[in-house]
Amino acid sequence: MESIANKVAIVGMGCTQFGELWDKDPFDLVVDATYLAFEDAGVGPKDIQAAWVGTQFSANSGLSIAMPLQLQYIPISRVENNCATGIDALRNAAFAVAAKAYDLVLVVGFEKYKDRGYAGTTVGGLPSDHYHPVQRYRPGGAGGPSGYALSATRYFAKYGLSPEQGKTVLAKISVKSHYNGSRNPRAHLRREITLEQALNAPMIAWPLGLFDCCGTSDGAAAAIICRPEDANSFRKDWVTFKGFGISVGAGQGDVTTEYDYTHWEETTRASQQAYQQAGITNPRKQLSMIECHDCFSIAELIAIESMAVSELGKGWQDVEAGTFTQEGEIPVNLSGGLKSFGHPVGASGCRETYEIYKQLQGKAELPSRQLENVDMGLVHNQGGGPGAFQCGVAILGRP
Amino acid sequence: MVGIVSYGAYVPLYRLERKLIAEAWGGGAPAGEKAVANDDEDSLTMGVEAAFDCLGNGEEHKIDAVFFASTTPPYREKQSASILASVLDVGEEALTIDFGNSLRAGTNAIMAAMSFIAGQPGKKVLVIVSDLRVPAPNSEMELLVGDGAAAFLLGDSELGVTLDGSYTTTSEFLDIWRRDDERYYRTWEDRFILQRGYFEVMSRGISGLMKKYELEAGNFAKAVIYAPDLRRSTEIARQMGFDPKTQLPPPLFDSMGNTGSAFVPMMLVAALEEAKAGDRLLLANYGDGCDALVLTVGERIDGLRDRRGIKRHLASKAMLANYAKYARFRLLMDLGVTLIPRVTSYLPITWRDRKQIYGLYGHKCRRCGTVQYPMQRICTQCQAKDDFDTIKLPRKGTLFTFSMSERAEVADPPWVNCIIDIEGGGRIPLGMTDRGSHEVEVGMPLEFTFRNLHAGSGYNNYFWKCRPIRA
Repeated sequence: MESIANKVAIVGMGCTQFGELWDKDPFDLVVDATYLAFEDAGVGPKDIQAAWVGTQFSANSGLSIAMPLQLQYIPISRVENNCATGIDALRNAAFAVAAKAYDLVLVVGFEKYKDRGYAGTTVGGLPSDHYHPVQRYRPGGAGGPSGYALSATRYFAKYGLSPEQGKTVLAKISVKSHYNGSRNPRAHLRREITLEQALNAPMIAWPLGLFDCCGTSDGAAAAIICRPEDANSFRKDWVTFKGFGISVGAGQGDVTTEYDYTHWEETTRASQQAYQQAGITNPRKQLSMIECHDCFSIAELIAIESMAVSELGKGWQDVEAGTFTQEGEIPVNLSGGLKSFGHPVGASGCRETYEIYKQLQGKAELPSRQLENVDMGLVHNQGGGPGAFQCGVAILGRP
Repeated sequence: MVGIVSYGAYVPLYRLERKLIAEAWGGGAPAGEKAVANDDEDSLTMGVEAAFDCLGNGEEHKIDAVFFASTTPPYREKQSASILASVLDVGEEALTIDFGNSLRAGTNAIMAAMSFIAGQPGKKVLVIVSDLRVPAPNSEMELLVGDGAAAFLLGDSELGVTLDGSYTTTSEFLDIWRRDDERYYRTWEDRFILQRGYFEVMSRGISGLMKKYELEAGNFAKAVIYAPDLRRSTEIARQMGFDPKTQLPPPLFDSMGNTGSAFVPMMLVAALEEAKAGDRLLLANYGDGCDALVLTVGERIDGLRDRRGIKRHLASKAMLANYAKYARFRLLMDLGVTLIPRVTSYLPITWRDRKQIYGLYGHKCRRCGTVQYPMQRICTQCQAKDDFDTIKLPRKGTLFTFSMSERAEVADPPWVNCIIDIEGGGRIPLGMTDRGSHEVEVGMPLEFTFRNLHAGSGYNNYFWKCRPIRA
C-alpha cells in the first residue's frame, strides 16, 4: 500500500460562521462555504470536475450540492460515516485526485442541525448500525452524553481519580477550549468560562456537566483539491495531505468483557494509519497542533491518549500541566474545538482541516491565535460511542 | 388431589405514604403506605416477577398451562399469558389463558386449574395473578389501592399445600365496575354495596363452603378472606365466627394496600410463609360472587420458605417523595406534548429477536467458549462463524461502568445507563430501574428485571432492565 503523503494539495478552503443560523437554510451554507473556497483558490464552479459532499442527515445525495451550486452534471458522491464524515469526504476526494481520475475537485461538509427542533443529538432512527429498538434502546434525550460518560466513569475508577478530581481535569479541558474559542470569530460560542463555572454547571449525564458537552449547531466548510504539480498555478502557500486514516471498529464494546472503555482502539488504528503514511513516529514531538474531536471533554482526553500523544492513563496529568494550551507543548483545539463551534456533523472534519490549513499559511484571523513554527497538524473526528466508533484522522503539512 | 407445588409473590419497590395523598388533596391523614409500581411496570411484568419467585429455586418444572388473572391487563386485546409463557420458556404446546374482569379472577383461575389438572393428571398449571389498578384521583379508593402480584404452581404431586375442596357462588350484584371505554373503576355508596353485596355474598360463600365440607370456623388455623379495608376484614371474620386476633393472617392494608384481584392470592402467600404442616386454611375471594377453598398445609411447606414472597418484598422498599411522583408514574395527567417520547419500533425486529428479548438467550461460541449477547453470526472473540450454542443467560451481573443522564425523558430521572458484565460471561447494556436510595458504584452487583421499555409504534416493547439487588 502506498502513502498519500505529498500526493494531494489543498489550494483553497472556506468556512462559514458556525452557530444557530436560523436565517440560513442548508443550501445557503453550501453556497457560502463553497464560494469562500472558490475565492480562496481563485476558481469557479465550472472548473470543478468532481465533488464529494459530507453530511450525516441534512441531505441524501449529491443533489444537495449540485442544486444550490448549479454544478453541471459532474460526478458527485455523498459520503457519510457518522462523525468521521468530513474526513472521509476529504479522503475519498484525495484518492480520486491522486489516482488522476480528476484534476480539480471540491469537497463540502455541511449540517443544518438546528432545523430539527431538538436541543441534543438524535437518538435511534433507522434500525441499522448500532441501534435496536429494544436491546440498545436509549430514552429520548439520553443520546451521546450517556454513552461517552461511560468512559469517564470508568476512566476515573481505573486511574484512581475521585469524582471531584476527575471532574476537575475534564473542566480544565473545557476552560482551555473556551478560551481558544473566545478568540475565534467563526466560533458559535465565544465566551471564556472559569473552572468554577464548569464544575458547578448543571449535570447532563454524570459525570459530564453542561460545559463538558459540545452543543449542536449549523455550519459548513469546503476545500478545493488538486495534485501538487498543479498547485502552484493556484497559490504558492498550498498545503498537502501527509496521511489519512479511517478505522471502523466491530462495535463489540458492549458485547465483549475484554473492552475497557478507557481507550479507543478505532482512534488508535486510524491515527496509526495516518502516522505511518506521514512518517510520524513520535506524534507528540512531530505534530505542531491537533484539532481533536471534543464532542465531550472526556472525548478529547481519551482520544489524545489513544493517539499516543499522551501515555494511556497519563493524559490527565498532561491536562493538569497545561500541555495542550496554546503555550503548551502541543496545542489541542486551538480553534476552540467542537466545544466552541458546536458539531454540525458533516462539517466538523472540514472545519478542523480549515484551522490547520490557515495556521500552516500563517493566516489565523487573530494574530494572537497564530502559532509559530507550524509544520504538521492533525485532524481527528470520531462517530458513534465508546465500544463502537468510526474514527477518521488526517494529517496536513507543508509540501 | 390437586394442590400448590410452589408459590411466589411480588411487591413493587416504591411506597407512597397515605399522608402524602392527603397532603395533595386535603382531608385526613390515615396511617400506612401503599405499594406503587414503577412507571415501567404493568400487571404482566409484575406477574413475571411473581412467577420467578415461585419457580426460581433451581428446580425444573414442566409447565403445561399458564393462567394469567388481572383486572388490569396491559392489553384489552392481546393475551398476556402467551407473553408470560415465552418469558418463562414454557413451550409452544402450553395452554395459555387470560382471566379477568373481576376481583375474583385469581381464584377463577385457580379453580379452572384444579379442573384442568383433575381432567389431565400429571399436568402442572402456573397461575399468575397481578393487578395495577389506578383509582380515580382524589377518591377514597386512592388511599386504599396498591400494586402487586402472586403466582402459584399447581399440580397433583409433590404438593406443599393441598386444595381439598371448593365452593363457589355467583352474583350479578354491581358494586365495582369499569366500562370498556373508562379509565377509572366506579363504585356506589358504601353502605349499600357492602351490606347487600360484599357481606351477603361472602357470608353465602363461606357458609356454603363450611356446610359442604362440614367444617366450622374453629377447624381453620387461618382464614384468608377478601376485604376492601381493615375494618371490614375484622367485621367479616367476626361475622363468620373467626377470631380476628388469631385466625387472620397479618393484614397488608397499611403496608401494601388492597391489590385488587391479586389481594387474596398475596394474602395467601403471606399466610403460607407463616403456616405449619397440618394447618387448615380457608380462602374466600370476592367479586361478582365468592370463590371459597379449603386448603391443608403439608410437610413440604418448610422446603418452600426460601423466596422473597410477601415478607422480604415488603421489607425491601423505597419511599416516594411526594404525590407528584406517583402521579407521574401513573400518568394521571397529560404531560407537555414535547415531553412524551415518540419511539419507533419494528415488529419484525422484535419478533425475530424474541428468544433473546423475552428469554434472554445468548450465544456461547463452541470454539472458544466466549459468551456473548446479543446473538451474532461471527464470534466476538475468535471470529468463528455460525458455531454457537444457544444458552440462557443468568439474570444478574456486575456493574462495569455507568452514566446518569439528567436529560433523558424518563419518569424517574436520572436515567442510569449501565454496562453490565453478566455472571458467567458476556456483557450487556441495560438501563437501571428501581434505584431507590442506592448509590450507584462501579462493581456493584445487579439483578435483571422484566419491564415495559416503551410503547414504540403502539405496542409494548418489553425487555430487561437492571436494579440493585432487592431483598
